[in-house]
Amino acid sequence: MRPFLAVVRRDVSLALRRKNEVMTSVFFFVVVAALFPLGIGPEMNTLRQIGPGVLWVGALLASMLSLGRMFAADHDDGTLEQMVLSSASLPSLVGAKILAHWLLSGLPLVVLSPVLALQFDLNGQAIEVLMATLLLGTPLLSLIGAIGAALTLGVRGADVLLSLLVLPLYVPALVFGAGAVQAQTAGLGASAHLSILAAMLLIAAVFSPWACASALRIALE
Amino acid sequence: MLSVIDLSCHRGERRLFSGVCFQLKAGTCLHLEGDNGVGKTSLLRQISGLSPVSAGQVDWCGQPIADNESFRAQRIYLGHNLALKDDLSAMENLQFDAAIAGQAVDPDKVLGALKSLGLKGREHLPVRVLSQGQKRRAALARLLTRQASLWILDEPVVALDMPAQAAVAGVLKAHLEKGGTVLFTSHQPLTMAIPSASITSYRLQG
Repeated sequence: MRPFLAVVRRDVSLALRRKNEVMTSVFFFVVVAALFPLGIGPEMNTLRQIGPGVLWVGALLASMLSLGRMFAADHDDGTLEQMVLSSASLPSLVGAKILAHWLLSGLPLVVLSPVLALQFDLNGQAIEVLMATLLLGTPLLSLIGAIGAALTLGVRGADVLLSLLVLPLYVPALVFGAGAVQAQTAGLGASAHLSILAAMLLIAAVFSPWACASALRIALE
Repeated sequence: MLSVIDLSCHRGERRLFSGVCFQLKAGTCLHLEGDNGVGKTSLLRQISGLSPVSAGQVDWCGQPIADNESFRAQRIYLGHNLALKDDLSAMENLQFDAAIAGQAVDPDKVLGALKSLGLKGREHLPVRVLSQGQKRRAALARLLTRQASLWILDEPVVALDMPAQAAVAGVLKAHLEKGGTVLFTSHQPLTMAIPSASITSYRLQG
C-alpha cells in the first residue's frame, strides 16, 4: 500500500507545483462548454437537448489533453525504470498513476459540471444525473486512456496516434454517459445507464492497470 | 551471489555480445570494461531485470532472476537517467524513491546520505537548480537510503568532480565491507580506494 500511496502523493504534489498542466485541461473544458451556447443561440429546447452530449464530449477531450504526459515524463527522467524495478507490483503502481490522473484531470470536471450545466438550462435532477455519469465516467476515461498512453510511449508523433487509438474506445462511455441524462429528462430513469457505466468502470479498473504494465515493460526493453 | 551464465544480447539482426560468464560473490565488486557501444548498458539492463534475458541465464543466490522476489528487493539499478523529478527537492525525491521501492525511510537518514555526498545545505532546493554533478550526487545518495545488497551502477561517476568521485569510492568500499555486491561500469579510475582483493574486472567484447 505504501508504494501505491507514494506514487499518488508524488504525482499530485508535482502537479500542484506545476499547475499549468492541470489548469489547461480544466479551462479547456470550461471554454468548450461555454462556446456551444454562444454558437447555437438562446434556443432553450435545443440547448437542453444538446447539453449533456456537449458536456460529455468536452470532458472526454479535456481528459485526453493530459494523457500524453501521463507516462512520458516518468519515461524521460528514468522514474519509470525505477517503478518497473520496484519490489511493488507494477500494475499497482500504474493504478496509482491512473488514480492521480483522475484526481487531477477528471475530478475537477465533475465538480465544475453543475455550473456549466446551467448554461444549457438543465434542471436539478438532470444535473444530478449528469454529475453521477461523470463521476463514473471520468475514471473510466482515465483507465482506457492510460492503455493508449502506455502503448504509444516513446513513439514519435505519439499525441495524434494516441487520440486516434483512444477516442474510438471512449465511444461506449460517451453513449451511456450522455444517454443517461437524456433518459432521465425523457422520464425513463437513468439507473440502467448508470449501472452499465459502473460495470464498464469495474472491468476497466481490473484490466487496464495490468494491460498498461505489460505495455510499459515492452516500451522499456 | 550473482551468477551470469553464457548471456548474450541481440539487437535485431546484430549481435552485441555473447557468451558472457562471471560470478560475483558477496563482498566483491566487478568492474565491467569495454569500448563504447559494446553493450555494457544492455548487459546491465539485462542483469537488473529491465530487459528480458533471451539467451543465457542470470541467477541470484541460485535462483533465476525472473519473478524473483528476493532479487527484486535486493538490487538497485542506477542508469544514465537519474530518476529525479526536477520540481521536487533532493530530499523529497529520495523519500518518494524509497517509498516507491516499498521501504520506509527516516528523514534523518536521507539528510545524512545527502550530506555524505556533499549536498549539505541543498537538500531542500528543487533539483532543477542543481548542477549536473550535484544531480548525480543526489541520485547516488539513494544507494545509502535504500537497503539493497546488489548495486548495479552504470557510469556512476560521470560528471562528478574528484572529491565526489572519492566519496563514491568510499561508499562502495563501505558497502563491500558490509558484504554487499557491486557491479559497475566506469571509464574513470574509480577503483583506487577499493582493496584489490575484492575487485575483479571483466572486459566485454563484441
